[in-house]
Amino acid sequence: MKGGAEESREERSYALDTARLGIWCFLATEVLLFGGLFTTYTVFRLRYPDLFHTEHLKLNRLLGAANTVILITSSLTMALAVAAARQGRRKRLRLFLLCTIVLAASFLGVKYLEWSDDFSRHLYPKTNLFFSLYFTMTGLHGIHVMAGMGVLGWLLARTRKGHFARASRTPVEIGGLYWHFVDLVWIYLFPLLYLVG
Amino acid sequence: MTDHATDTSPADRGYLTDKGFRSWALTLDHKRIGVLYLFTTLFFFLVGGVIALLMRLELLTPGPSLMNDHTYNVLFTLHGAIMIFLFIIPGIPSGLGNFFIPLLIGARDVAFPRLNLLSYWVFIGGIVVILASLVSPMDTGWTFYTPYSAKTGAAVATLSFGIFLVGMSSILTGLNFIVTTHRLRAPGLTWMRLPLFIWGMYATSIIQVLATPVVGITFLLLAAERLFGVGFFDPAKGGDPLLFQHFFWFYSHPVVYVMILPAMGIISEVIPVFSRKAIFGYRAIAYSSLAIAFIGFLVWGHHMFVSGMSPVAGVIFSFLTFFVAVPTGVKVFNWIATLYRGSITFESPMLYALTFIFLFIIGGLTGPFLGALATNVHLHDTYFVVAHFHYTMMGGTVMGLFAGLHYWFPKMTGRMLNETVAKLAWAVTFVGFNATFFVMFIMGYHGMPRRYAEYLPKYHADNVFATAGSWILAVGVAIMFANFVWGMLRGEKAGANPWRGLTLEWQTPSPPPTENFEEIPTVTDWPYGYGKKVVCR
Repeated sequence: MKGGAEESREERSYALDTARLGIWCFLATEVLLFGGLFTTYTVFRLRYPDLFHTEHLKLNRLLGAANTVILITSSLTMALAVAAARQGRRKRLRLFLLCTIVLAASFLGVKYLEWSDDFSRHLYPKTNLFFSLYFTMTGLHGIHVMAGMGVLGWLLARTRKGHFARASRTPVEIGGLYWHFVDLVWIYLFPLLYLVG
Repeated sequence: MTDHATDTSPADRGYLTDKGFRSWALTLDHKRIGVLYLFTTLFFFLVGGVIALLMRLELLTPGPSLMNDHTYNVLFTLHGAIMIFLFIIPGIPSGLGNFFIPLLIGARDVAFPRLNLLSYWVFIGGIVVILASLVSPMDTGWTFYTPYSAKTGAAVATLSFGIFLVGMSSILTGLNFIVTTHRLRAPGLTWMRLPLFIWGMYATSIIQVLATPVVGITFLLLAAERLFGVGFFDPAKGGDPLLFQHFFWFYSHPVVYVMILPAMGIISEVIPVFSRKAIFGYRAIAYSSLAIAFIGFLVWGHHMFVSGMSPVAGVIFSFLTFFVAVPTGVKVFNWIATLYRGSITFESPMLYALTFIFLFIIGGLTGPFLGALATNVHLHDTYFVVAHFHYTMMGGTVMGLFAGLHYWFPKMTGRMLNETVAKLAWAVTFVGFNATFFVMFIMGYHGMPRRYAEYLPKYHADNVFATAGSWILAVGVAIMFANFVWGMLRGEKAGANPWRGLTLEWQTPSPPPTENFEEIPTVTDWPYGYGKKVVCR
């Protein structure tokens, strides 16, 4: 390390690439984690097509669709946050991180309403295989949303302290990729559970 | 081998200089984390070993003697779960891998040191949860097959969560190694110049990253089955117990190669050094590691031949299973070709490496009996299976680990082991191992089922023989561990390169400084160039 801004910039972009490789490996493991559930879904869907058809009609499509819109919007604000970090605009970064967190929280709020409604209609994880899958898949996804909120909250706190200027934005990029993954899983879950049944 | 006392100053303790609990518990140094893993996993090796001795003692007589059947069920579950999840899977990758991957590729640390520390503490967290499950210990066998595991009174959900955590630690370690190998190689260290241990670890890490999440979700579903009454694996609710077995073995078969590939990597390092000969077929060995990892994902169904899987699937899985023998055979032939006309010396690492080859060939050649559909039906769930996987896992992996521990002991501690004692321990272990497990092939062939606390009197003589063998084995292992302790405290000072290896870890003092190298070396050749250039530095 011979000082020099030139070299340290190079080092930083090297660190970013390294971190990116790490997060992509990690996301691969996440895909496989959900992959087990999607496999389970496929197996039982093929075995009990009628059950899946009648049961999926009991889900609230409107709330599901609302949640899809909310999450896709949050992906947009996250992408804007990453762009702001790249440009070194810390105020915008803070704003968009906050937006993303608020949207994530409203997703969970809607989910809460939906589940309470399900429980009030005596639909539980043990009701039948469809609802076992529905609660397990949305539940595991919900845990991921919460984990994502934790990451975003940490990013926001660090940004408040003045971190993440243009060159040291690696955590923002990584957090962004993770958040897009969380959105992506929902984009598969929504049609699978609510629409095609 | 005579000049190792000369070139390090006695005061130089390298990465071991700092003392105190915090300096270990919060360390970001991959070497210290590797040492932590080694101590933890070797401790559980001893625990699992003691349990095994108790089981063998029960099996000394045909009837009940030492314990009731439930206790026996608990013991074989604990023995399997501890040995698999807390010793063999993390042992070499997280212990020796953590310590030596950066050293072998000329890096200062792994790519994500904090993640590395996190993964160790997640591992410890998993162990704590697993210990908590002992309030009502498991009696299901280490495979936790449903529907029994969904119904037994034992703390299945707790144990599942513990194993989920251990698996997560394994994922983080594998991920770290993949990125480290890709990004942190020393200048000039191209892929075709990588030490073969790195190739083995790289293939291992791919399996860890791609297979472990599947067992993670399986255990989460099993926990959900018990906590929330979902019914994925419960036939009474329309679920399918075979689905559990598919998921379980989709992980647990590839993970067999997580256990064996790093050991094969160690053998590929030890054999050329103690034959003073370039490794034969470098590329073939490197690629065969990847091939084993890849094929390992396609063969899980051979664990389920008699579970009620469709016969067509059985034939396909049987067919695919034979393919694993090809890259495995390539490795064995290449090691033997390396030995051919080498100037071989029999120091303790080499003895263990040769033992690996000998025992692994026996374990490997009994594999096809089990991989073939027809003979599997005869041998399924008999002691033949027990003998087969103990020959591959203990005769293979554990002997590979011992070879690695003896080989790298001077590098890790800066001290030499007592060679005479090491050889004595090796001899006793070798005799004990074969006495314990070889007779199990015969028992199994004659039909003695595994997992039973009692047996027909006709198996009595065989069981007495195996139990006696287990005591000899225990004595051998005890001598070896005593030698480790003695070596750590009193061993002769080792130089930087007591075995005159050519890989990078030998080019830095023993024990290595915290930053591994004073200056990052530039690599100009592969590490097996014996015979081409002057060996001694």
